[in-house]
Amino acid sequence: MSAAQTVLSARGLVKRFGGITATNNVTLDLQKGARHALIGPNGAGKTTLINLLTGVLEPTEGSITLEGQDITRLAPHQRVRRGMVRTFQINQLFDTLTPLQTLALTVSQHQGLGARWWPSLGASKAVAERCEVLLEQFHLTDVMNQPTRVLAYGKRRLLEIAIALACEPRVLLLDEPVAGVPAGEREELLQTVAALPADVSVLLIEHDMDLVFSFARRMTVLVNGTVLTEGNPEQIANDPQVKAVYLGHGEEAHG
Amino acid sequence: MDAQTSLLQRSRWKAWEPAIWLIGFAAPLLAAQHSLIVNEIAIVALFAMSLDLILGFTGIVSLGHAAFLGFGAYSAALFAKHINPDPTLGLLVAAATTTVLGAACSLTIMRGTDLTRLMVTLGVGLILLELANKLDWLTGGADGLQGVVMGPVLGKFEFDLQGQTAAWYSLVVTFVLFVLMRRLVNSPFGATLMAVRDNRLRAMAIGIPVSARLAVIYTIAAGVAGVAGGLLAQTTGFASLDVFAFDRSADVMLMLVIGGTGWLYGGVAGAVVFKLLQDTLSAITPQYWMFWIGLFLVILVLVGRERLLRPWTWFGKKAKQS
Repeated sequence: MSAAQTVLSARGLVKRFGGITATNNVTLDLQKGARHALIGPNGAGKTTLINLLTGVLEPTEGSITLEGQDITRLAPHQRVRRGMVRTFQINQLFDTLTPLQTLALTVSQHQGLGARWWPSLGASKAVAERCEVLLEQFHLTDVMNQPTRVLAYGKRRLLEIAIALACEPRVLLLDEPVAGVPAGEREELLQTVAALPADVSVLLIEHDMDLVFSFARRMTVLVNGTVLTEGNPEQIANDPQVKAVYLGHGEEAHG
Repeated sequence: MDAQTSLLQRSRWKAWEPAIWLIGFAAPLLAAQHSLIVNEIAIVALFAMSLDLILGFTGIVSLGHAAFLGFGAYSAALFAKHINPDPTLGLLVAAATTTVLGAACSLTIMRGTDLTRLMVTLGVGLILLELANKLDWLTGGADGLQGVVMGPVLGKFEFDLQGQTAAWYSLVVTFVLFVLMRRLVNSPFGATLMAVRDNRLRAMAIGIPVSARLAVIYTIAAGVAGVAGGLLAQTTGFASLDVFAFDRSADVMLMLVIGGTGWLYGGVAGAVVFKLLQDTLSAITPQYWMFWIGLFLVILVLVGRERLLRPWTWFGKKAKQS
């Protein structure tokens, strides 16, 4: 590890469900501004690991620190407040609200205004301006007043990430951001992912190897709940073990 | 149009809103003989709106909301009978006691699915009903709490037999609480409630303390329902076990189905339609009016509210979207 500042550190995470060990002694460090990809075949425990990091599940053993503070036992919403935010593989949106309402409530909540009940949602100029920036950045300005449920899939995917960014994360966990996005809407999404703020540490879980190898500067390969190896994309692409279990036997490596 | 303007537009008063309330307030004057039904509509509208706060805006299903209506009614009646006959004071007491009860009951709705919540709310309603039945030294049991004599509203306006004062009193209280609830649902707090309703998982993932939100809104809704109950007891001078009855909880849910959920006027519209239907039908056919209400509901659900309100679309060609 370099001298760069470690933002997120998971040490020896273990999660057992009864007799099954879903996560086995996983250690993972994210530096400030990291572009880290987490890959592994289906059932490798990627989702369990995400759930452990975000607090949906409590680890059987091990600890998680965010910017030096132990967050192992904090509730999900408390971790969000400290800057750990995730997106979902399957869109988790507020279907009856518009993208503008969605972002406005997220920004309000993040700025500590979420419990105010007298002023209107649009009362704060700062909130509205932040929403405008996000809508612009995620190409959602033209659909900002339509109910989310009628939006095209690509737009919904963009909103999925925009919501996370509205929480001003220091660590952003992207769970398969381009999954299921039709080819025509893909480019917009890839550009947005590439343009994420440089100081945010990103952990990307993705099956799309083009995206992984163009995005990540560091990669962790997870197999059967255990870290198989960690390294930069070249090392991973040339690792015979990885080729064997994940990239397919003898197939040409990407990137 | 910029973001702030769009957001603010949603919470702005529409032109028809004051009109609705003006009609309401004019009704006891223009049709004084119908003041009693106006009073009743104002009260159930308030009750329906309180249920909408949790059902429509937050997505908590409840079949026991009458527990709070009843508790408010008995609180107000007992307070008037034994302590002080002033209506305003009594209403505050009803609000306070029901809010406390609501806060305690909010613990029961934190966990579980919609179905378990349905059962728990139903159960709380039944428990209170039996308590009121059993504690007859306090509540009068099955005979109801009689001999409640109310003082004049604000020390000035005596309740009259025709019910004009009662109607205006209930209308004012309902309107004031409506304005407060309207602010609430259009606020950032209200938006976070809708976020919880639409997707609880994501609400949590953006830092909304979901359990705390549920507890707060359930408590507020209970308090508002308690005020509705207080109004009911005060304006009828009576509190009986039927305020706790399951029918009350079911009726108020029907009103929301009729008027639409997640929209405060849905409660108002539902209350008006339901009460007028009930009143007219039970005058025509005292024994079988439930049949017609049932038929109306079936048609409403099958045809859809939107289309029912647009009869000119019934026989035209199908819309262009094929």
